[in-house]
Amino acid sequence: MSFFDVVFYLFAAITLLAATGVIVARNPVHAALFLVLAFCSAAGIWMLLEAEFLAIALVLVYVGAVMVLFLFVVMMLDINLVKLKEGFWRWFPFGALIAGLMVFEMVWVLGSRQTAEVSKAVVHAANYSNTKELGRLLYTQYVYPFELAAVILLVAMVAAIALTLRRRTGVKTQQVSEQVKVRKADRLRIVSMPSEPRADGK
Amino acid sequence: MMEWLESIQKMLGFAWLPIWTLLKIVAIVLPLMGAVAYLTLAERKVIGWMQIRIGPNRVGYFGLLQPLADGLKLLMKEIIVPSGANKLLFIIAPILTLMPALAVWAVVPFNAKLVVANVNAGLLYVLAMASLGVYGVIIAGWASNSKYAFLGSLRSAAQIVSYEIAMGFALVTVLMAAQSLNLGDIVRGQQGAHGLLNWYFIPLFPMFVVYFISGVAETNRAPFDVAEGESEIVAGFHVEYSGMAFALFFLGEYANMILVSFLTSIMFLGGWLSPVPFLPDSILWMFIKVAFVLFLFLWFRATFPRYRYDQLMRLGWKVFIPISLIWVVVVGAWMQTSYWLW
Amino acid sequence: MEKIKEFFKTFLLVELLKGMALTGRYMFARKITVQFPEEKTPQGYRFRGLHAQRRYPNGEERCIGCKLCEAVCPALAIKIEVAEREDGTRRTTQYDIDLTKCIFCGFCEESCPVDAIVETRIFEYHGENRGDLYYTKPMLLAVGDKHEAQIAKDRASDAKYR
Repeated sequence: MSFFDVVFYLFAAITLLAATGVIVARNPVHAALFLVLAFCSAAGIWMLLEAEFLAIALVLVYVGAVMVLFLFVVMMLDINLVKLKEGFWRWFPFGALIAGLMVFEMVWVLGSRQTAEVSKAVVHAANYSNTKELGRLLYTQYVYPFELAAVILLVAMVAAIALTLRRRTGVKTQQVSEQVKVRKADRLRIVSMPSEPRADGK
Repeated sequence: MMEWLESIQKMLGFAWLPIWTLLKIVAIVLPLMGAVAYLTLAERKVIGWMQIRIGPNRVGYFGLLQPLADGLKLLMKEIIVPSGANKLLFIIAPILTLMPALAVWAVVPFNAKLVVANVNAGLLYVLAMASLGVYGVIIAGWASNSKYAFLGSLRSAAQIVSYEIAMGFALVTVLMAAQSLNLGDIVRGQQGAHGLLNWYFIPLFPMFVVYFISGVAETNRAPFDVAEGESEIVAGFHVEYSGMAFALFFLGEYANMILVSFLTSIMFLGGWLSPVPFLPDSILWMFIKVAFVLFLFLWFRATFPRYRYDQLMRLGWKVFIPISLIWVVVVGAWMQTSYWLW
Repeated sequence: MEKIKEFFKTFLLVELLKGMALTGRYMFARKITVQFPEEKTPQGYRFRGLHAQRRYPNGEERCIGCKLCEAVCPALAIKIEVAEREDGTRRTTQYDIDLTKCIFCGFCEESCPVDAIVETRIFEYHGENRGDLYYTKPMLLAVGDKHEAQIAKDRASDAKYR
């Protein structure tokens, strides 16, 4: 077993343990943090496969942004665990069926030599840049699908904002741009006044 | 020197790689911690001067032993864990703030040869690690089981996530100009016959400003220190911390400051390159530039009052992100013309 | 036109740079810090520091136990017990000032009809144990005896304004 294998099995074990933690943890915040750990070790495995762009993008996007917002929401929710557990046994057969189906599919696809090629990953020279190659492919061969995906994401984002945006009337809000625009002359008037004579006449 | 190293390498055999890496890590972390300690002294001195005071001058000549005294004091103090706190996360949080701040140093080049890991995707790695720093803050706020800590961590997390976008776009222009994600190559891209005029801060000046200000916001420094906000939420996410756990947050904050200064000098101020053609390039230039940027951090803190939270968000989303988006397009168009001289 | 000017002013951060120029200038200004143990700021003769009980030149203590100071003290820091001495004069048997309560307002000094309780210029005193700052009559008299010359001089300079 080479050094790389050791590292791979280490990361794989951490990923599996963390993934189990995600579904086992009672506290949703703990579950979210386990998911972060799973992402990080998955990124480690990708790094071993020389997919450094994907690995870093996973950390950057999922760990650095998505999970932060996730944690944000989970932390602020007041979750009642008892109520959450209520329908567990009623839905259990359904859930078990789906899980079994997924296991079957994965074994079917990954277990056969025809569908899952078990060759070694291609090893490149040290100056080979995965990022550059990905970028070249994305912006030449796959430029239309790539741009389309981007536009779809943008549309989804705009739609989400449009759905939740509501202009409430009768609410006092601060207009930051108005506040920033204010100059000294708008608020302050310096008046020059003659001084009053003293009461005792001196 | 090299033969000597090789003989040791043969002697250790398989254990050589981890030991050599560990040595390199120590060689970076130790001076960094020293720099952090003396940065705190520099901060107190500079802010003192700007407020017509003289700053600490009692412990040691010119106050030079003050950081040691502070460190000793914090070490001796008790670490109090609040009764309602989540113990494990409460202890992990300060470590999580410090860890990414140290991990990024792996790819930071000090001069043409001196770098721990010459990674091709260095810039991406920097961004990824920087984005991990927010976890320490979030977990600290949540695990403390205190409303002030929680409010502070929410503010800080929202702020860091927002400014990261502007920061990322600012870096996109840099990598467009350098055509590389490798930090060493980015500095080499700024090499030229005209010294100072070849550096990226000239064509990318708006991005230089955006990056630096976002950097200040990312490190939760004044005027963007709403996460701490002493006058509003006591001390924000680290109210409940004491002793060395508290000190770790500060080590992380100052290490991040030094890191942002290094990155600013690498990406916009030509790293180790000399500003004038007749002087040789040297690691000293790097340190001078870093010291200058760090001084800017302190100068900001001494000058500006804290931003109001909604204004801070407005600055990030409605000012910086549009400016950086526009500048990405401008640089892209500019590079296609023959007037691109960098 | 004005709007365009404002726009550029905002984007070039003119106001922020002005602020930084100000702090930058002050960085090189002469520092005003007083380095305390070596340098001291001047004190006025009305300075209100540590309390003292005074004596007449013949050695007799001034205090007659009228309890005016106890009554006027806003922090309730003074405690007085009174009894008749063998020679028939009214004297205090106990006169305590709790300096941890005292707010150094100077009312006791104002109210005293015989100038017995006074506040001196001493302000560098401390206690290392709980109770060290609870001054009893002998302690107050000792302070008075030690600094009588300064106390008398300060009262004389203030006399013409009373």
